[in-house]
Amino acid sequence: MTVMTPQRSFVRTASEEALPPPRTVAGPLAWVKENLFSGPINTAVTVLMAWFLFWIVPPILDYLFFSAVWTGQDGSACREDTTGREVGACWAFVIDRVNYFLYGSYPADLRWRPNLFFLVLAIGIVWMLWLDAPRRGLGAIYFFVVVPILSYWLLAGFPAIGLSNVPTGVWGGILVTIVVSAVGIVISLPVGVLLALGRRSHLPIVRLVCVIVIEFTRGVPLITVLFMANTMLPLFLAEGITVDRLVRPLIGVAFFASAYMAEVVRGGLQAIPKGQYEGAMSLGLSYPKMMYFIVLPQALRIVIPGIVNTFIGLFKDTTLVSIVGIFDLIRTVESARIDPLWSAPSVNYSGYAFAAIFYFFCCWGMSWYSQSVERRLAASEKR
Amino acid sequence: MKKALTTIAFGLAAGVAFTGVAAAQETLQQIRDRGQLICGSNTGLSGFGVPDAQGNWTGFDVEYCRALAVAIFDDPNAVSFIPLSAKDRFTALQAGEVDVLFRNSTSTMSRDTSLGLDFPAINYYDGQGFMVNASLGVTSALELDGASVCVQQGTTTELNLADFFRRNNMDYEPVTFAQSVEAVEAYLSGRCDAFTTDASGLASERLRAPTPGDHVILPEIISKEPLGPVVRHGDNNWADIVRWLHYAMLEAEEYGVTSANAQELRDTSEAPGIRRLLGVEGNFGEMIGLDNNWSFNVISKIGNYGEVFDRNIGEGSPVGLSRGLNALYTDGGLQYGHPIR
Repeated sequence: MTVMTPQRSFVRTASEEALPPPRTVAGPLAWVKENLFSGPINTAVTVLMAWFLFWIVPPILDYLFFSAVWTGQDGSACREDTTGREVGACWAFVIDRVNYFLYGSYPADLRWRPNLFFLVLAIGIVWMLWLDAPRRGLGAIYFFVVVPILSYWLLAGFPAIGLSNVPTGVWGGILVTIVVSAVGIVISLPVGVLLALGRRSHLPIVRLVCVIVIEFTRGVPLITVLFMANTMLPLFLAEGITVDRLVRPLIGVAFFASAYMAEVVRGGLQAIPKGQYEGAMSLGLSYPKMMYFIVLPQALRIVIPGIVNTFIGLFKDTTLVSIVGIFDLIRTVESARIDPLWSAPSVNYSGYAFAAIFYFFCCWGMSWYSQSVERRLAASEKR
Repeated sequence: MKKALTTIAFGLAAGVAFTGVAAAQETLQQIRDRGQLICGSNTGLSGFGVPDAQGNWTGFDVEYCRALAVAIFDDPNAVSFIPLSAKDRFTALQAGEVDVLFRNSTSTMSRDTSLGLDFPAINYYDGQGFMVNASLGVTSALELDGASVCVQQGTTTELNLADFFRRNNMDYEPVTFAQSVEAVEAYLSGRCDAFTTDASGLASERLRAPTPGDHVILPEIISKEPLGPVVRHGDNNWADIVRWLHYAMLEAEEYGVTSANAQELRDTSEAPGIRRLLGVEGNFGEMIGLDNNWSFNVISKIGNYGEVFDRNIGEGSPVGLSRGLNALYTDGGLQYGHPIR
């Protein structure tokens, strides 16, 4: 029996709604204070940067978008005396010439071939780069064996199956930029690994040869290699024997990238503890098996950022082939802007702006990928 | 990995083309065997060799390459272009990578002799000139005493400029740039009083100005730049073909034979010069190892010299150059077609 007594005590059944933290500790204002104005130096830097952005961003946006000309048939569309206002980028020119920037002089009716090449390459890249992709071993074979053969047939031609020959002289634009960097990347990774292993080998002659190749290639600027290949080489060869004008810089670029890649990979090899080697040997693994199953997987994983870094550098270095008369993206921009049909003051900069945007997004994509891989691999080291 | 390497090696080896070593006398035969002419062309020069929106090369020098292809194969597309930079052009020709250069090369004694080249014809007489801002009120290069001049460094242009001012006892301030584009930009932004380069280049650079009417090209030409095709020394028959191609195009203009009326004149004309030019009389084609219709094909498919000039660089084109020195000798110019007889 209970006596119902009036409730005297107060028991809280639900907790009081929490007060928001003081505005100086959390929230956007606090974030701003914490990150942008935390001290006199930071405040000064913030103000300076804000002023800098204010100074540089509106003109860039204005140039690229607001006062840009998007349509037109020739240079007069991008001239101030016809538009009656200040003209920013002349995108009409870029749109008119976009096929030339993409394929160079590649015959118009055969352009499905470069398109298919881009697709084949894209599949290979995604397969290789997507770490959770199925059958990645197969992907590697596809990328390093199938893609080069298919690409060669598609671009240069294979008359036996009905693909007519297209001389490399008419390749150009982004196609050439991608071919040169892809060849550099596909060759430099395996060759670089071999050179790195050779340099750490205990066999004196192998080591000496690898050291000479690496140091000699690294000791010469790329532009020198390209000039040697394109200007000097024809003089050394017997008359009538010519090496394709595009293959010459390709070999030069591949050599160059391999030497740098070898040093990156060597860094990874040196970071593997000796115990791993000894453990592998104590299991009775032969040298190739030890390298293939134990050492290289670990070493390459460590140096992925370095490898991607080399790729980014290589990708941008390919613009140097324009100096020796290969029509890469930069060279096509330079020859297109000379066309008297499109002579307007802003045409020069529009072409270069297009190239800059292309290179920025490619390099940014690579670096973004490298960072995500880095984060993923660092998971084991996080607590 | 080994497999991959082997594949790559094969791919590269396939790109290495071994063309048969042939004696210098057989350029024409090599071209016939190959099925196309290989023409060393400019990497981009306004009006002379520029790619269009589809990447097809067009321009004055390019049409000469096509005319040569027509003379040999009766097909303006039987030619492939290898764009060559100024540094590469002569080694590429010497090494046999190209059959002929049509790329604004100045004929000079040292090139003709010590480089082992031949300049069979001059298809464009150029010379260095000046462009100044119209507001200066300058009408002659001789009034440029004390002017600052934007110029590309390391070129004969720079040397010619110095020679001109020294010869006329005038002072000037050269403002040099590594790239021609930079020199133009500097001039347009008011950094210098005058800009100098070859006269054919001045006209197209003027179009790049915000208001082209603000700039005048001065009448003085201060250097001689005879530009023409280049072939390897030693294959005289091949040089003959290139030379007579140019003369045939000049003769056609002189006789009033154009791409439009070539067929009609061939059927009806009684003038002996035209009959010989169009292959009705004589066997002039056979003399240089070609078909007797060679010049008729060139004129009907490409046109005479005047047509090619007007279409690409003349007053009917955006470049808008006047004929000047390149007028026929009958109009006071230097283009003098030798008689085909």
